[in-house]
Amino acid sequence: MYVNRHAPHGTIYPLEGLEVALIGAAFDQDVSMAFIGDGVFQLTKGQDTADLGIKNCAPTYGALGDYEVTKLYVEQESLDERGLELNDLMNLTWEDEQEDWAEKPSIRLVSRAQLSDLLEQQDVILNF
Amino acid sequence: MKFSVMVNEGPYTHQAADTAYHFTRAVLDAGHEIFRVFFYHDGVHNGTRMTTPPQDDRHIVDRWSELAHDHDIDLVVCVAAAQRRGILDKDEAKRNGKDGDNIAPGFRISGLGQLIEAGIEADRLLVFGD
Repeated sequence: MYVNRHAPHGTIYPLEGLEVALIGAAFDQDVSMAFIGDGVFQLTKGQDTADLGIKNCAPTYGALGDYEVTKLYVEQESLDERGLELNDLMNLTWEDEQEDWAEKPSIRLVSRAQLSDLLEQQDVILNF
Repeated sequence: MKFSVMVNEGPYTHQAADTAYHFTRAVLDAGHEIFRVFFYHDGVHNGTRMTTPPQDDRHIVDRWSELAHDHDIDLVVCVAAAQRRGILDKDEAKRNGKDGDNIAPGFRISGLGQLIEAGIEADRLLVFGD
């Protein structure tokens, strides 16, 4: 599981973290991502970095489903603390091969306690 | 036990690179195995031989190189992170049309697959740095 804790463009951690997640998926690992703290801002809609002169990595999250990264756990408390709700986040989906490529949401809202249980189940956790 | 180590901070600004080094030494001293040390983010700066700290300070880069030499440790610098930050070996310098390389002895440049493998192969993967 890749745990994302940083706001999207103030540091390189989200971008270089995404690169690891994609490589991990290419190695046939059971990849999931968690977004906690300011990390939840990584998934917000309408990110525009043109004025910053920094590469906008937000569109890459849309490609995660194609790499079979289909479990994006977003911590509800982190959203609440920042005045965000599910509707403020990008509509990220994946296509389920088992169900005739039905489009399903990748973002799963979880409580802090649920996320704690998920962390407990992981073989390897990387923080970005 | 088999350990892998990931270093995410450069030398000197933060203690992370020191702690990672001391941990790696302690693992070896205790008779355990280091599968790989992987350098990512600013951690790639641990792998430039151009580093010249004052003589009364520890030499973080040389320390890694000596460890690699003495214990045959695999020190891997992520190629994408390294290119962003100007860490090059001979092949990368040539491929990118640069006039020189700066990778330190004992380090090699490779891809993120080496990190994934380090996570799979080791019993524990320890991450140092933010």
